[in-house]
Amino acid sequence: MTTRIVELRKGVLKKNDELARELRARFTAADVLVLNLVSSPGTGKTSFLQRTLTELRTRGAAAAALVGDLETDNDARRLAQAGVPVRQINTHGICHLEAEMIGRHLDGWSEVELGALDYLFIENVGNLVCPSGYDLGERIRVALLSVTEGEDKPLKYPTLFNSADAAVITKIDIAGAVDYDREAALRNLREIRPGIRIFETSARTGAGMGEWLNFLAEAR
Amino acid sequence: MHELSIAAEIVDCVTESLAAYPNARVLEVRLKIGALAAIVEESLQFCYSLATEGTPLAGSKLVVLNVPITVDCTTCRREVALDSLQSFRCPGCGQPAGDVRRGRELEVEAIEIEEAEEAPAP
Repeated sequence: MTTRIVELRKGVLKKNDELARELRARFTAADVLVLNLVSSPGTGKTSFLQRTLTELRTRGAAAAALVGDLETDNDARRLAQAGVPVRQINTHGICHLEAEMIGRHLDGWSEVELGALDYLFIENVGNLVCPSGYDLGERIRVALLSVTEGEDKPLKYPTLFNSADAAVITKIDIAGAVDYDREAALRNLREIRPGIRIFETSARTGAGMGEWLNFLAEAR
Repeated sequence: MHELSIAAEIVDCVTESLAAYPNARVLEVRLKIGALAAIVEESLQFCYSLATEGTPLAGSKLVVLNVPITVDCTTCRREVALDSLQSFRCPGCGQPAGDVRRGRELEVEAIEIEEAEEAPAP
């Protein structure tokens, strides 16, 4: 018997990273801006996205959405009310979306149809831990945080907030009722992700949506 | 929470590399985990013993090498290590420093294997 050390230097998520790179190349070729929306369960990702999709449609932009959940197609049905193409991804227990799932659910959306889109939103499984390591081929990762969750959430889940390109604060219409400390929330986000763009919104009243939609238009 | 899928990926990743060493048994896997990789070592160790059962990695030891976060400080013009995950500021000058250079690693660095000697020709 002989023993020896073999150097590998291989990324554990290499397969996902390679698939994500292929997806990104495909999205770039189709000129579609892809965003990955991440937050804990109950932040209001679906309501925020529904409002975003509706307003984009009013502005004449073409958008579509992929939505991830462990089970049910409830969110896909809610989002479809915005009158845009939506597909549900059921992970059946897996706590995050992976690039392979995105690729599989794009099947049947031809390159022409993908090319006709301005935006593709991916609503991740509600989870502030696991999605941080999985690249889905998106260009912009958006972390959402509601006023009811506690202003220290970015400090508690730094790995995810640090990986985000933009942050959206949701439910600001009820901020007063829950003693939301705006300064602390903004300070904590910036402490974990210096320079991050922050949008303060309410899907119910539409507050802050204009600034968010302008950001989307500029990012294209 | 996703440590079991990570453990399964490690098994796949190492098994692939074993193609070049057909008679090898794995004794040890050395894994680099960055502080931003969102992996809990205790949980990964537990899942590792489950995921390696019935594979050439069965019974092997998972050795974790923790990688601290370093950021590029544009004020000090150098790469500095962060003291904690609670504040992305240069510990030297106190300025915000968000350009992460290291700390996201999740990488099999090396494996230690045991190979059976070729049986001598009769």
